[in-house]
Amino acid sequence: MAMIEIRDVNKWFGRFHVLVDCTSAVDKGEVVVVCGPSGSGKSTLIKCVNGLEPFQKGEIHVNGISVGTAGTDLPKLRSHVGMVFQHFELFPHMTVIENLTIAQEKVLGRGRDAARDKGLSLLDRVGLTEFADKHPGQLSGGQQQRVAIARALAMDPICMLFDEPTSALDPEMIGEVLAVMQDLARDGMTMMVVTHEMGFARNVAHRVIFMDQGRILEDATKEEFFGTPRSERAQTFLSKILSH
Amino acid sequence: MGPFDYTVLVPSLPFLWTGLQFSVHLTLIAMSGGIVLGTLLALARLSGPKPLSTASAMYVDLMRSIPLVMVILWFFLVIPLIIGKPVGAEYSAIITFTAFEAAYYSEIMRAGIQSVSKGQAMAGYALGMTYGQNMRLVVLPQAFRNMLPVLLTQTIILFQDTSLVYAIGAKDLLKAADIAGKNYNRPVEMYLFSAVIYFVICFSLSALVKRLQKRYAVLR
Ligand SMILES: Nc1ncnc2c1ncn2[C@@H]1O[C@H](COP(=O)(O)OP(=O)(O)OP(=O)(O)O)[C@@H](O)[C@H]1O
Ligand SMILES: [Mg+2]
Repeated sequence: MAMIEIRDVNKWFGRFHVLVDCTSAVDKGEVVVVCGPSGSGKSTLIKCVNGLEPFQKGEIHVNGISVGTAGTDLPKLRSHVGMVFQHFELFPHMTVIENLTIAQEKVLGRGRDAARDKGLSLLDRVGLTEFADKHPGQLSGGQQQRVAIARALAMDPICMLFDEPTSALDPEMIGEVLAVMQDLARDGMTMMVVTHEMGFARNVAHRVIFMDQGRILEDATKEEFFGTPRSERAQTFLSKILSH
Repeated sequence: MGPFDYTVLVPSLPFLWTGLQFSVHLTLIAMSGGIVLGTLLALARLSGPKPLSTASAMYVDLMRSIPLVMVILWFFLVIPLIIGKPVGAEYSAIITFTAFEAAYYSEIMRAGIQSVSKGQAMAGYALGMTYGQNMRLVVLPQAFRNMLPVLLTQTIILFQDTSLVYAIGAKDLLKAADIAGKNYNRPVEMYLFSAVIYFVICFSLSALVKRLQKRYAVLR
């Protein structure tokens, strides 16, 4: 069974048809990269997966639970679907370790010490133990994004969503974040990643989804995608991206 | 009356002190109650269902469109009718100021909530927080911090405005100075002295606000 199943999803912002008949699936342990030009609906699609954006037609199931159905306990569902944002969105009024423990305690109901231990071990995993008691504002962009990944992992997610996790970073910090993500993928995490880092897609992804104007135009294994993209739009897009 | 005579200040100090205490109590209660109530009004306005949102907006607009003195007088007349017994000028003043200031604090908190980026709330929801948790743990603390100087400035205005309770005879600092002035037949000295007290308190608080603003300018 697929971990994330997206079937015939349609979404409108007012009269603007932002997602058109989107269908795809992400299997357990699979890493899927979503790419496409700006405004094609990538962020919108990924936010539909954990119900941060409502959609009007179609179905999305995460681990068998229907996201769009009225009775679904969305907070509970989201608590085990990790999400990482372009602009990190760490809580600036809390220390790094508090960022990692707050939802463990308030959402999962973990004890203080257990949450702290978990937080510290994850900080260790992303190589930032010595920053535990600093505030996010004192960290570089790359460090903040690693903390954000650790914060999501602290909830023991069954899958992770990334929305352009490196596009707000200075070039020299992109590598450290991609390394953490590559590590995660190697450990078998199910990941849906919106990114233009084609190097990451080549090295880590199993499949690539290409979107344009709200439609999924390509949904192929990475070998197929980088070998011979079938749609012209994807070819143009790839040549633009790979040229710089 | 003759030249200024400040010796009358000394025997009236304890009396003025009780007046000042009431002014400060009134300010502190109206501030705390006003911020809590104002925050609820702002939340209702921003994310409540339509009727609640409209009701909140109407309440705030109403309070902000009527001169405070009239609200004080009206509440003084109306509260006993609602409760069915007289409440006294002091309690009436506390209720009035809390209700009135809530409208102003609500606008400040609304701006504060809107000053927190949408992404912050998204991050809270993505971690599984409910609306209430997200507000309490993520959005409101930041809104409050961003608005602290403005909230304090409003409180300084509130403190000055408490002198209006004089209209219903509640014994605040101004009323105490008024009474003492009459007793000793030295109204000018008494009014001047109470003005100095208002000035010293408000000026120090303003200085504090300036320091806060500087500190936050550095932090951001
Ligand atoms: N809340 C909204 N209301 C109206 N239109 C929106 C809203 N959010 C996004 N859109 C529009 O929907 C389209 C898709 O937006 P989306 O953010 O999903 O694109 P994207 O593929 O993530 O683009 P980018 O690469 O720039 O992040 C865009 O045209 C955008 O202007
Ligand atoms: Mg986007």
